[in-house]
Amino acid sequence: MSEEQLLVRRIREGTVIDHIDAGKALLVLRALGITGREGSVVTVAMNVPSVKLGKKDIIKIEGRLLAADETNKIALIAPKATINIVSDYRVREKRRVELPDEFIGVFNCPNPSCISNSERSVASRIEVLDKEKQKLRCWYCRRILEANELISSIH
Amino acid sequence: MANPFYRRDVISTRDMTREEMDLLFNATDRIRGMNMQERLSLCRGRVLCYLFFEPSTRTRLSFEAAMASIGGSSIGIASGKESSMEKGESLVDTIRVVDSYSDVIVLRHRMDGSARLAAEVASNPVINAGSGAEEHPTQAMLDLYTILKEKGRIDGLRIGIVGDLKYSRTVYSLLYALAMYRVDVHLVAPPLLRIRRESLYAMDSLSIREHDSIDEVVDTLDVIYVTRIQRERFPDAQEYEKVKHSYVIDDRVLARARSDAIVLHPLPRVDEVAYHVDSDARARYFKQASYGKDVRAALLALMINAIPPV
Repeated sequence: MSEEQLLVRRIREGTVIDHIDAGKALLVLRALGITGREGSVVTVAMNVPSVKLGKKDIIKIEGRLLAADETNKIALIAPKATINIVSDYRVREKRRVELPDEFIGVFNCPNPSCISNSERSVASRIEVLDKEKQKLRCWYCRRILEANELISSIH
Repeated sequence: MANPFYRRDVISTRDMTREEMDLLFNATDRIRGMNMQERLSLCRGRVLCYLFFEPSTRTRLSFEAAMASIGGSSIGIASGKESSMEKGESLVDTIRVVDSYSDVIVLRHRMDGSARLAAEVASNPVINAGSGAEEHPTQAMLDLYTILKEKGRIDGLRIGIVGDLKYSRTVYSLLYALAMYRVDVHLVAPPLLRIRRESLYAMDSLSIREHDSIDEVVDTLDVIYVTRIQRERFPDAQEYEKVKHSYVIDDRVLARARSDAIVLHPLPRVDEVAYHVDSDARARYFKQASYGKDVRAALLALMINAIPPV
């Protein structure tokens, strides 16, 4: 059994998010809206040795099969992440994350004068104008945004 | 011909085409040529609701005068202090309520993107009358109409925009609109007030040069467009103090300007255009304000489908 498998036990059913950039696991949880209050077992491993990445984070969420439109929310934070959907201890589906057409309610618009930051009932809406160049824009205030400023908005 | 303005939100000049701008100017010409009876019959019984959560005199009055001139009426609030938003009501709730009272909502709000949010919520069309430091599209429409009427064309002109380019929303709407034309734009501002870099992506097609001083370029300009320093948008009062008198259009500057140049200003001015310039034949800012009422009347009439597009 590898060191990695020893660190985090196998799960019967759920979602394993692997190859998260080291140190980003908590941001990934926040982007997914997973607080721990849902009741299911969530295992977080950080700075796990990895052949591909040197170090990586891993998250295992038991009892929840995350759909692609949910896991794509983490594409800016952990672009190299792989998603494993597990049932009966077997990986039934393996996929990568892809930038969605827009992020709804994931990041706060970094423009403090943007209406999406002051209206309680409004979820932020960040458009992805160019997936390759990671060109992002707030749908409300139309500011062009950097991936880094969005990621720091959910700290 | 279909009317592209019918029940349409007017949030940003970036959403418009040159053909639509031509259509608006054509409708403005027709409205100006109508007798009073014809004009008053256009929007009789129609209601405009203005929500001005930021102070304004001219834009609100211009909309009210425009609506009155085509036979409609206006209701609304003229400052945030009169509204339930002072009691903590959200913009979304306010819009939902007034949406049922009127045919068109005209919104001014201190936050960027506020008009886009209002348009998303309202079933009736929304006109952005100023959203934070973001945009003020009807000002740009009347600016272009003024240039067209006073210079006879827009293409081929050298247009200088002077002043607070960082916080002035009229500048952004004007630049996005000018990107539809073949013009040379010269931006003149002290380094602290230069245009926001992130906005340049929407102006790719525009020929833009930046200058620190009006003296570098004034003798070549066809249009000198001056803006007020937006004191209320400075995050820091000290920053404002550093730039507050950094440019003034006065006799000295105009002595070097072309004899057929025109001076425009979205108003209100503070001290960036000297008062004695008012009597110079090149000063056209009061005429600009007067055109504004007619452009807004045409826009409202088109949105209500009271005037056919040509």
